[in-house]
Formats: sequence, structure tokens, C-alpha cells
Amino acid sequence: MPAPSPVVELRDVSKVYQPTTRGGAEVVAIDGVSLTVDAGDVYGIIGYSGAGKSTLVRLINALERSTSGEILVNGQDIARLPERELRPVRLGIGMIFQQFNLLGSRTVAANVGYPLEVARLPRDRRQARVAEMLDFVGLSDKARAYPDQLSGGQKQRVGIARALATQPGILLADEATSALDPETTHEVLDLLGRVNKEFGVTIIVITHEMDVIQTLATKVAVMDQGRVIERGDVFDVFSNPQQPASARFVSTVVKGLPSAGELAVLRDRHPGRIVTLAFRDSSVDQARVFGEFAAAGITFEVVYGGINEIQGRSFGHLTLALTPGPNVGSAGEADAVVDAALDRVRTLTTVTEVR
Amino acid sequence: MDSLLALMPEFWKAAGETLYIVGFTLFFGGLGGLLVGLGLYLSRAGSILANRPVFLVLNLFVNIVRPIPFIIFLAAAQPLARMVVGTGIGNNAIIFTISLAASFAMGRIVEQNLLTVTPGVIEAARSVGAGPLRIIFTVLLPEALGPLILGYTFIFVALVDMSAVAGYVGGGGLGNFALQYGYRQFNPVVTWAAVLLIIVLVQLVQFLGNWLARKAFRR
Repeated sequence: MPAPSPVVELRDVSKVYQPTTRGGAEVVAIDGVSLTVDAGDVYGIIGYSGAGKSTLVRLINALERSTSGEILVNGQDIARLPERELRPVRLGIGMIFQQFNLLGSRTVAANVGYPLEVARLPRDRRQARVAEMLDFVGLSDKARAYPDQLSGGQKQRVGIARALATQPGILLADEATSALDPETTHEVLDLLGRVNKEFGVTIIVITHEMDVIQTLATKVAVMDQGRVIERGDVFDVFSNPQQPASARFVSTVVKGLPSAGELAVLRDRHPGRIVTLAFRDSSVDQARVFGEFAAAGITFEVVYGGINEIQGRSFGHLTLALTPGPNVGSAGEADAVVDAALDRVRTLTTVTEVR
Repeated sequence: MDSLLALMPEFWKAAGETLYIVGFTLFFGGLGGLLVGLGLYLSRAGSILANRPVFLVLNLFVNIVRPIPFIIFLAAAQPLARMVVGTGIGNNAIIFTISLAASFAMGRIVEQNLLTVTPGVIEAARSVGAGPLRIIFTVLLPEALGPLILGYTFIFVALVDMSAVAGYVGGGGLGNFALQYGYRQFNPVVTWAAVLLIIVLVQLVQFLGNWLARKAFRR
């Protein structure tokens, strides 16, 4: 296999907004981000709202201009390119939006044909391409309809057809499924998966939805306060986040980790010590973990848990309430027994004590 | 009633003059309003041709001209009319002055209508490489067409209103007719006849505007 070539490369990119009022503080939206997206990747950008995800993807097609750093698209630095010279660059980058952003005054076919008009494609070739794209997204029968007459899922499919009309190599998806119901979300995600596999389009997708990452993304970057704080293979980042901020975000979308509110309830119900164990793939022998507790005479109760699957690999979390055996004397002695058992379990898997 | 019948030729001539004044001012004032409105919209902060000095100057102009009562503006702008049209009196002079006042009034309405266009749609056009001029003609104006038609219908009524004082600078029209033959000759029937025709005219145009706007909204 040849080494993958980067199609998008950000090198120490920053975006600073000047203060809107005199003497106000400037806002650092993007803070020294470096990121490499290889050809064929489906790269997820995740993080809380306000983390800078939307701004980051808009730097790639220069809808937002960077303050410093290099932005290489197919090897060309577009960061300092004047607005007029951006047209060919943008024709090579499709974009879809949370609110679809279709032209309400144009039919579906005319919406899909819009980028082709900008590219000055002759009318007959434009019509052929529009028909082809509508067929691909399964909306050939809606060519003459207006966006107002379509459902949300249909609108996003038109958005995808429009974004891909000029055969771009890169597709930017800004919360493309966040305004859709779960079933429609899956339709659109399937379509995006086909776009990636059949056309070989590199997709950069902003999301806060686990579904999108789970079914689509191959790599992921976690953003927090304008910085990329963690990146890598989706499975690695989600099953074993390294940064506290990414762990916090991951816990909100991953099944099996109790939220702060749920933890308070668990604490209330179980006066003893509570620990969360992480299991990744089959690398952890669950029987041995439970064996360690049994050997120490500790009884346990599973109080929370869940298994996630990402790209065919599974990982999960179990939260246990531990009770030392009846033959243990003082409270200090009980703690020592549990600590010793947990130390042995730590050699097998990741243990987080919940306090 | 008899006197009204006797005045019928003058009445219809006045109606024709009103249409003449309103027609031309709708064209020139409408065009000027479109330019001022686009200028305000495009130059405002965050827009595609954001330019603070241009916005501030335009905004200041609109805010200065709009509150001036039209009859005073008519007198104040007479030297300017003389410079541009060659005369300060008559229908053509008043067409100039109304067009000027209407440009600023309409400019504000156009600006507000353009602001109803979702910024995301403009962003989508930018993302496929569309430049400012293309965005204006293929996105901004078509997307705002419904509200713009209603805006122009609204300004039509204002133009009829402004044209009523044309008589003060030697112009004609239904307003002048009502004042000259009705009010000054103590003949209310003549005044009411002019009022009635203006009502009918405005209703017709409003009906037409609503119909066109509904077609543009496609709902």
C-alpha cells in the first residue's frame, strides 16, 4: 500500500477575532492548530459548542480567513490567497450544512446545478451532471420540486448532490445530520459513506453525535477552546481518551459511563466504594478481573455499564459497587483490602475510582 | 356634482399626471433605493463586502434625509433639481425630488428585506466559489424577491402621497386637482372624487403587489 498523501494540512494555524468594541479583548477562535487529513479519510472533528470546530473547517475552504499559519489544500497554501483566486480552490471542496442552506427560489435541479453555473459549465453538460447527481442521491423524481416541498432528509440529500456536483475531492460536513431525526440521520450517513467509498471523497465532518463518529469516521480530532487536544484513530480516542477534556466529552456521548447526575444517585444508593472499569476489545480478560475481586473476598454489584462498537471493534465500561467481605474488621482494614485488589486489577485494565 | 362633471377633462388629465409622476419616481426612486439598500446591506459588518466607512456614510445620509417632511425637502432640494433637471418647477422637477427622497426611504426597506435572507445561503454560494456580483444577482435578490415586491408596493403608496404636493412647485396630479378645484373653491365633492380615485389606484396596486409576492414566495 502506498503511503497516504495529505489532501488537507494545517500547520500552526490561528484565527484571532479583533475586539468588536474599543478596548475589548480579542477572541482566539483557533489557537495554533496543526492537523493532517489524508486522502480517503473520514475525519471527525468533535468537541463542545464554541470549541472552534465550525471555524476550523471554514478555514479549509477560506470562508473564514486565518490570522497566521499555513493551510495546504492538495499541496497549495491557500491561507494568503486573495478572494478572487479562491474560486478554483472552492470548486474542489464541497460543503454541506446543518440547515442545508438550499436556495429557496430555485428548484432542486437548479440548486444542484448552481456550482456548475459558477464553474461555467455549458448548459447541456450541466443538465447531464445534475441528472447524474440526483440519481445518485435518489431524488430524480424531485428535480422540479422546490426545497420547501422536501423533508429534512431530502433537503440534505440535495445539499450533498449540490456539494458533489463539481466532483470535488474534499467534502466538509458541518453538523450535517444534527437537524435530522435518527432514522433520517442513518440514511444520510449511509449516503456519505458511499460518497467516501464510491467516489473516494475525503470527508471532514464536524459533529457532536456519537452515531456519526461510530458509523462514518476513521479518524477523529477532539477540540477544546480553539485547540486540538487529542487526535487519532476513532477507536483509540473513544475507548481510551488521554486528555481530561476529551475524556469528559467522550463520556457524554459514549454509552456506559454514568453522568454526574446519575453518579450522585449511585453514590446515594451504594455507601461503599465505586469503580469504573474499561474493557477494550478482547484484550482484557473479564473473568480474571472478577476473579481478583472474588479472591480478595470482595463482593461486587454491577451498577452501570454499556458496550460500544466502533468500526467492528467493541469497548465498554462497567461501574461496580464494591463491598468488602464480612470477615474484615475496621473500615481502614476494609479500604486496604479493596486498594490491594484494585492494584492487582490495574495491571489488567484501566480503573477509575468514582468518588 | 355638476361642477365635477364640468371638470372631468381636468380630472382625467390630473389622474394621468399622477400616474406619470408615480410611474417615473417608482422607476428612478426604486432603482436608487435598490442601490442604496444593496450598499447598506453589502457594506455592513460581516457582510460580503463589509466596509465600515461606506456603511457609516450611507447610513448617515439615509438617517438625515428620511425624517425631513417631504414638503420641506421639496423646497430645500429645489436648487439641486434646477442643477440636474434644468428647472425647479413642474412635473419633471418633482419627479427628481420625489425620486431622491424615495431612494433613501426605499433603501432602508430594501436593506431590511435583504437581511431576511439566511446568511447560511450566502455562505453556501460562497463555498462553491460564487463572487459578490453573482451572489447579488443569483442569491440575494431572488431569495428576497417576495419581501422586495411587498416593499415596492409599500413605497408606491408613499409615492402617491408625496406626489400630492406637486402643486406647490407647479406640478399637476390628483393632489393638486383636489386642492385647486375642490378645497380652494369650497367644493368637497371634487375633493372626494380625487380621494376616491386615489383609493381605487392604491387598492389595485396593493392587490397586484400581494399577488406577485405570493407567486414569488411559492406558497
